[in-house]
Amino acid sequence: MNAKNGGIGMDSTAPVLSVNQLDYKYEQQNVLEGVTFSIQKGSFAGLVGPNGSGKTTLIQLILGLLRLQEGNIELFGTPIQKFKNWNKISFVSQKANTFNRGFPATVYEVVAMGLTGNIGYFRFFNRLHKKQIYQAIENVGMSDYVHRNIGDLSGGQQQRVFIARSLVSQPELLILDEPTVGVDTENVERFYKMLARLNKQEGITLLLVSHDIGTITSYVTDLLCLNKTIHYHGNPSEFYQKSDEEISKFYGHSMHAISHDH
Amino acid sequence: MLETFLEFEFLRNTFYTGLLIGLIAPLLGTFIVVRRLSLIADGLSHVTLSGIAFGLFLEKKIALLAISPYYAGIGFSIIGAMIIEYLRSIYQSFQEIAIPIILSVGVGLSVIFISLADGFNTDLYAYLFGSVAAVSRHDLYFILGITLFIVAAVFFFYKELFAVSFDEEYAKVAGIHAKYVHLLFILLTALTISASIRIVGVLLVSALMTLPVASSIRVAKSFKQAIFYSIIFGEISVIAGLISGYYFEIPPGGTIVVSLAIILGITLLFKSRKS
Repeated sequence: MNAKNGGIGMDSTAPVLSVNQLDYKYEQQNVLEGVTFSIQKGSFAGLVGPNGSGKTTLIQLILGLLRLQEGNIELFGTPIQKFKNWNKISFVSQKANTFNRGFPATVYEVVAMGLTGNIGYFRFFNRLHKKQIYQAIENVGMSDYVHRNIGDLSGGQQQRVFIARSLVSQPELLILDEPTVGVDTENVERFYKMLARLNKQEGITLLLVSHDIGTITSYVTDLLCLNKTIHYHGNPSEFYQKSDEEISKFYGHSMHAISHDH
Repeated sequence: MLETFLEFEFLRNTFYTGLLIGLIAPLLGTFIVVRRLSLIADGLSHVTLSGIAFGLFLEKKIALLAISPYYAGIGFSIIGAMIIEYLRSIYQSFQEIAIPIILSVGVGLSVIFISLADGFNTDLYAYLFGSVAAVSRHDLYFILGITLFIVAAVFFFYKELFAVSFDEEYAKVAGIHAKYVHLLFILLTALTISASIRIVGVLLVSALMTLPVASSIRVAKSFKQAIFYSIIFGEISVIAGLISGYYFEIPPGGTIVVSLAIILGITLLFKSRKS
């Protein structure tokens, strides 16, 4: 988690993330088969797929929370096994908003948590860190709530706080797993707009995972459809133009997979 | 009232020890409560009891004075803490099962050692319900040492302990060694429990770790405030409980818990925030 290891194998022109021929099995069941794609710097990628399509497994592999079985993953041009610069990547979990709502913590304390790994053991928050924390809170438009209890906020506001927690360490790649679960529909649009602004203005590469193919297609620059394997990767508008048949194949496949599961 | 209390040395020792555990028990208790691990304190206190019973047994039967019951209690508590962690890693989807296992084994071993040591005696009574007379100067210094260690550990690992308590998965992704932080946390808990038993007793030690926190999270906005208020509530109860326990000749464990319950009642009336 420190900058010393930064230089090893780094390549500024390499994709932020590249996944090659990834297979993954739980017991006998294939969850991922031959997943291959890459994400370029500055893009806003949406990864969609029905429930059980392997999205969460794929994210856990990318984050190093699961060990690779077959295939490989490169982060910023470095194979994941050798990757040390985890502070370049930040993650907003699907579970982020299932936290204990009675937890006595303020917005400030939650966002400050995002710097814990960067600061390191036996070191403390300094004035620069405090500035970064306030900046991140401002970036998600939550400045009026700095000292409010996180449990008293609405689902959408909480989710913005968790984004701020991920942004405070100034990552280059932000991965969001179903971030709009528990956010009411009118705030979902606002939430995506905020992400699109962070992507454009702050230049953060985004990988947004969702089971909902609807809303996100109007915000993302790259659309990836996953159901065990990548069925589509490209421009979201082209996805709708040319592929009625492909969409039905995608969803048809998913129905099949679900009926298998039960 | 306080003056007469401080007149005798053994009461003074008890009083200072009370102030120390009134600090560390709610401090660790805040982390325990927010992690929904309140029962861990109960599990570990019963393991500590088995260690104390083991020490009493050695004292009685083998006249081995090198290990006093108190130190045997601390040793068992630490071993119990590590076993809880081990069980939690084995039963990942049933993590709470570690607590009844450790609690029942603790009680089982206690029963065995207590009967081997010829049953109940006044010593054991003091360990169960606490005592105002049980603290020697040596004990006081030892508990002071434990307190300094715990306060320093929480100070230096505050941000890690907070992150792991709030969101363990996130803490892991952020590069915190959640497993080790958690191990540290549970060892600190074991030390706190064994230090507190002198005053409040095995059966009521978990109350001193959880009741002040139950009150403080009603009124606190931030996590730091929650820690601060729970320590204030803990200290008030320890002082009130020790003095009233002494005057009414009741084990202080009982009077401290009743004081804590009164404070909890007041905070429940004072503010009704959902928790």
